Amino acid sequence: MRRTTTPDSIAEFNEEAYLTMELLRFTTAGSVDDGKSTLIGRLLYDSKAIFQDQMDQLEQASTLRGEKEVNLALLTDGLRAEREQGITIDVAYRYFSTPKRKFIIADTPGHEQYTRNMVTGASTADLAIILIDARLGVLPQSRRHGIIASLLGIPHVIVAVNKMDLVDYSKETYDAIVREYKAFSQKLNIHDITFIPISALAGDNVVQSGENMPWYDGPTVMYQLEHASIAADRNLVDFRFPVQYVIRPHLDFRGFAGRIASGTIQTGEPVTVLPSHKTSRIKEIVTFNGNREEAFQGESVTLTLEDEIDISRGDMIVRSKNIPEVTTRFQATLCWMDDDRSLSRETAYLLQCGTRLVKAFVRNLDYRLDINTLHRQEAATLHLNEIGRVEIESAMPLPLDPYVHNRETGSFILIDPASNQTVAGGMVRKTLKNAPAPELLSHSSNNVRWEKLNVTREHREARQGHRAHCLWFTGLSGSGKSTIAKAVEKLLFEEDKRVYMLDGDNVRHGLNGDLGFSADDRIENIRRIGEVARLLYDSGCIVLCAFISPMKATRRLVKELFPAGSFTEVYVKADLETCKSRDPKGLYTKAMAGEIPDFTGISSPYEEPDSADLVLDTQTGSELECVEKAVAYLKALL
Amino acid sequence: MNNYTLNHLRQLESEAIYVIREVAAQFEKPVMLFSGGKDSICMAWLARKAFHPGKIPFPMLHVDTGHNFEETIAFRDRFLDEIGAGLIARTVQESIDRGRVTEETGPKASRNSLQTVTLLDALREFKFTCAMGGARRDEEKARAKERFLSFRDSFGQWDPKNQRPELWNIFNARHKMDEHFRAFPISNWTELDVWQYVAMEAVPLPSLYFSHERQTILRDGVILAYATGITEPVAGETVETRRVRCRTIGDITCTGLTESTAETIRDIVNEVACTRTTERGGRADDKRSEAAMEDRKKQGYF
Repeated sequence: MRRTTTPDSIAEFNEEAYLTMELLRFTTAGSVDDGKSTLIGRLLYDSKAIFQDQMDQLEQASTLRGEKEVNLALLTDGLRAEREQGITIDVAYRYFSTPKRKFIIADTPGHEQYTRNMVTGASTADLAIILIDARLGVLPQSRRHGIIASLLGIPHVIVAVNKMDLVDYSKETYDAIVREYKAFSQKLNIHDITFIPISALAGDNVVQSGENMPWYDGPTVMYQLEHASIAADRNLVDFRFPVQYVIRPHLDFRGFAGRIASGTIQTGEPVTVLPSHKTSRIKEIVTFNGNREEAFQGESVTLTLEDEIDISRGDMIVRSKNIPEVTTRFQATLCWMDDDRSLSRETAYLLQCGTRLVKAFVRNLDYRLDINTLHRQEAATLHLNEIGRVEIESAMPLPLDPYVHNRETGSFILIDPASNQTVAGGMVRKTLKNAPAPELLSHSSNNVRWEKLNVTREHREARQGHRAHCLWFTGLSGSGKSTIAKAVEKLLFEEDKRVYMLDGDNVRHGLNGDLGFSADDRIENIRRIGEVARLLYDSGCIVLCAFISPMKATRRLVKELFPAGSFTEVYVKADLETCKSRDPKGLYTKAMAGEIPDFTGISSPYEEPDSADLVLDTQTGSELECVEKAVAYLKALL
Repeated sequence: MNNYTLNHLRQLESEAIYVIREVAAQFEKPVMLFSGGKDSICMAWLARKAFHPGKIPFPMLHVDTGHNFEETIAFRDRFLDEIGAGLIARTVQESIDRGRVTEETGPKASRNSLQTVTLLDALREFKFTCAMGGARRDEEKARAKERFLSFRDSFGQWDPKNQRPELWNIFNARHKMDEHFRAFPISNWTELDVWQYVAMEAVPLPSLYFSHERQTILRDGVILAYATGITEPVAGETVETRRVRCRTIGDITCTGLTESTAETIRDIVNEVACTRTTERGGRADDKRSEAAMEDRKKQGYF
C-alpha cells in the first residue's frame, strides 16, 4: 500500500484535485511512552509533510541529545518547557494532507491530570487514535481514552496497538489486546472502532503495510484516516442557525450572520426564532459570492427574513417544523477544567452555548464518573479533570438539543464570572421540564440559592425569636382551607410572629396571571407558588399556602423544595358532597353545568394525601378546633 | 459540490469567517492587523466576506518598519481601498524618534523585533481590546499551541500556561479592563491552503509574490533583497541579480527570497505543493535561536 502524498515533481501534482479534498480532524490520545509523538512524526514523515529544514533541525536536535536515529517525536514537542521536561502539556495542532484529505491533528497528552486537554482536543474531532503499548496491554488510561472519546461523541476510533516490533510482531499478543478492549468498548457509545497493529518506530501499518505482520490484512492507519466516512456523521436534518452578528448596512437590509450548526435551509422556508418563538420565512441566503437558494451545515452565511422581527446575537433560527426544546433546566455531563476553584452550587456561572450567554446554576451533582472504570461515585463537588452528571438551571431559556444528536447545539461552557476563566465544558443529555422532576430534587442541597445571602435564614430566625416554616393546606374547593389558613395567620400575627399567607387570589392575578387551568398550567402554578413560598421561608417567614393542589406528585415536588422538618402538609378534609353543599363561591354549580372545565372533584381528580403531616377534618371538627389544632402543631415546630 | 459537503478550503473559509464574526460581536473595540503579506491579505478578504453587504466593522492596523518593500505599501493602499477597509498606520520610525525603542546597528540590523513596541503602543493608543492576526499554526512550533483567541495580560504578554481551553466552537472572550486578546482566524490554514485559496478566490496579491528579477545578496544561506542603506553587503557578499519571488513578505532585512520562475498563482500552488522547505525557513529572524519565536511571542509579538 505504498502511497506518495507530497508529489516529487510538478508533473505528479494534479493541480485541481485540491478542490475536492475533504477535511478530517482527529485527536491522538496516549502518553509519551505509548509512542504517540513518534506515530505523529511517522505520519508526517511518511506523508512527506515534513520539510527539509525541519528535518535538518530534527537531525541536529537528535544528535545533540545523543540519539543515533532521528527522533521523530521531537517534531511534535512544541514548547521549550516541554522540550526540557520531555513531556507534552497542552493541545498542539499539526497539519498534513494527502490528495484525498487535509488533516488537522489535535495532539493531546494522555495522563489523567490532562483530561482537560484531551476533552478540548476531542471536542472538535471526527476521529480519535487511541494508542496501546503492545508490551503493557490495556491499561487504565487506554480505557480512559475510550471513555472520553465516547463521552465527547467522536464518531470513529482507531485503536493502534503500538510497539509490535518489541513483542516480535506476535499475533497472539495483538489478539489478546483486541479481545480485551472490544469487551470493554461494548459499554461505550462508539459506533466505528478499528484495531490496527503498528510499529510507529519502524513504520509498520502506519502509512505502508510493511513486511513484518503478514497475518494482518486490515487497513493501515493512513488508509483508515483517508477513508473513515465522515460525511455521514453530519446532522443534515435539524436546521439550527445560531445568530452571531446582525448586519445592518442601511435601513433596507437586516441580515443575520452565522454559521449553520446543522441541517439545510432553502429560501421561502418557514422559520421560527428562538427563544421568542416568532415566525417568518427565509427571504434571502446572502453570501459575498452571490445569493443562494439553499445552504447547509458548516456554511457561514447571512439570512434575511420576510418579516421585521427583533432578532439579536444569541437567538437561534430554526425550521418551524423542527424546533428544539427551549428550556431553563437540563441534565448534562460536565467536565471540570479549572485548577483554582472546584464546582460550586452557589455560584451563578455564565453559561455560553453557541452564541448565547446566560447566567446559570449547577443545581445538582448526581454523581461523579470514574473515568477509568465508568463507575458512578457520590461526590460533593467536581475538581479539575473530573467528570460528572449534573442538573443545570439557567436564568433565561436556552434552545438545546441532546449532544448525541447535535454536538454544536448540545454543548456549552461554564465561565466563572470572577476570574473570566472557562471552568467547565458540558454536554446536554436531556432537557427537563421547567418544573423539576421529583427524583432530581432529592439530591438538592439545602443551601442552593440564587444569590449567596449575606444574612442567612438562621440569623433572621435568631433575631425574630421563632423559626421559619411552611404550612401547606390541601383539599377540595370548599373544604375550608382558606378560612382556616386566614384564621391561623391572624392568630400568629397577633402573637408577633412573622407570617404571610399565599392563596389563589393573590397569586393568580399577578405572578401567575399568564397561566390557565390546563394540567400543565396547574403544575406550573403550583411550582411557582412553591418557589415563592421557599423564598419567603428563606426570609424567615411562616408561610401559609392554601391551594387545592390535587396531585400527589406536585405536592411532593413542593415539599422537596424545603429542608426536612420545615414543611407541613395539612390535609383539610371534607368529602365532595359536603363541599358541594357548602359551595361558597358557587363554583360547583357552574362546574356541574359544564361551565368550568377541569374542575377538581367534578371533571378532574383529587388525589387524597396518604401521609399528610396533619389532618383537619372540617366535617367532624369546628373551624375553631381546626385552627387551634393547626396552631398547636405549628408552635411545637417553631 | 454536491452531497452538502464543503471542500477543505470552504471549511477553512467558513471557520475563519466564524471567528472574525465572533471577535466583532464579542469585543467592543477590535482591530485587524495588516502587514501586506498574503496571510493578512487573505484575512482582510475574509473580513470583507464576513460582513457583506455591510462594511468591515473594524479598522486595519499596519505597523510599518519603514523597511518595507515599496510594492507592499502601494498594494496596501490600493487593496484596502478596494475592499472598503479603514487603515491606521503606525511606524517604527516614530517609536525610534520618540525614544521608545533603540535601533539595532550594523549591517545585519533588523527592525523586526522593534515592531512589537510600536504595535503595543498603537493598541494602547486606540484602546483596542482584540487584535486579529494572520498567524497560522503550521508556521512554527510555538504557534502550534496557539488558540484562536489568545489571552494577553495587561503587558500584552502571552503566557502559554495561562490559556483558556477552547471547546467545540465556543469562544470565551470575557476580559477585565486592561487585558486584551489576540485572535487568529486562519489558525488552521497551511501555506498551501492559503495559496490554493488565493487561486480559488482570485484574491489580489502584491507583485512581490511572483517571479521577478531583483538585485539580491546571499547571507547565511538566505537570499535577501538588496536595498540601499538597509541591506548593504558585508565582506564576502556580493550583490547579484537573481530571478526570485517572496514566499512571505515582511521587513526587507529578514524576508528571505526564493529562486523561482513561478509567474502565476497556479505556478505558485504547484511550486508550494512540491516544495521541500518551510516558508519560515527563509526568515532570518527565526534562525536566531531554536526557541526564537517562543521568546518573541511571550513579549507580545505575533
